[in-house]
Amino acid sequence: MALIEGIFEPGLVVTTVDWVLNWSRKRSIFPMTFGIACCAIEMIATGAARFDIDRFGSGAFRATPRQADLMIVAGTVTFKMAERLRRLWEQMAEPRYVIAMGACAISGGPYHVHGYHVVKGVDQVVPVDVYVPGCPPRPEALLEGIMRLQDKISTHTIAKR
Amino acid sequence: MTPSDIIAFLQQHHAESVVSAVADGPYPHALVKAEGLAAVAAFLKTQPRLRFDLLRCISAIDWPAKNNIELAYDVISTSLGHAFAIKVVVDRADPRVESVSTVWPAAEWHEREAFDLMGVEFLHHPDLRRILMPEDWPGHPLRKDYQDIVEYRGLKFNP
Repeated sequence: MALIEGIFEPGLVVTTVDWVLNWSRKRSIFPMTFGIACCAIEMIATGAARFDIDRFGSGAFRATPRQADLMIVAGTVTFKMAERLRRLWEQMAEPRYVIAMGACAISGGPYHVHGYHVVKGVDQVVPVDVYVPGCPPRPEALLEGIMRLQDKISTHTIAKR
Repeated sequence: MTPSDIIAFLQQHHAESVVSAVADGPYPHALVKAEGLAAVAAFLKTQPRLRFDLLRCISAIDWPAKNNIELAYDVISTSLGHAFAIKVVVDRADPRVESVSTVWPAAEWHEREAFDLMGVEFLHHPDLRRILMPEDWPGHPLRKDYQDIVEYRGLKFNP
């Protein structure tokens, strides 16, 4: 840096395409309006004023998968729901991300042994980027999950590897 | 009317259908023959002194040792303020009973649930399909001897 330091006019921003793409992308992760059980209540709390998901640019809950970047699987996924969930995920435009929120979405949770109708982990249905444990996770935990997703997005590059 | 009055009244008008009755305790009810259920239900609903206009729920209880399934119909009267229940016992191997959805429209979905989870067939039901489980699900999950599935449409039950 020392060689080119201080040679440009003030006000000129120098960056990489990767950095600016990831910066904009990770600060506008629009989640899908999609809650399937009690974890959705915590997700709603995260979206409301007290916890304010908007601070992380993820406040715009989209009512259609076609406008959403992030699917927060907030709740118990049944075998009947799994198919619908997969279809919703397939309708999302890339890049798309999935957060498995709560014990049910991660592993079946309380239904792991006797849940005759529960999928034991949503990662069987869609690829999961971030797992947020808890039953249900507190809103802070979901915000932490979104921050970890932001970390993941900032490692992306448009260069061929 | 108190439970014992209701039972006496039922036995007076439908003596051939009422098998036994419990007037005391937390759950006063009358056990009714399956073939007499429709008539008793219509009687409970329309009799001016009973007027059981609201069916609160239908519970199906599986008794593998007794080899039967018990159905409990909880009814209350919103106008007269009394509550009662009638029970029906059906064969576990071939559970069939007349639908009461013509008497209480609320029974339609309750009966679909009992059909879905317990496998009770309700005769003359307008739309007897599964209500909670997928249409192609094998078996009835709340039976005591229900075996968990291995796989459903490519998803493993125990991955």
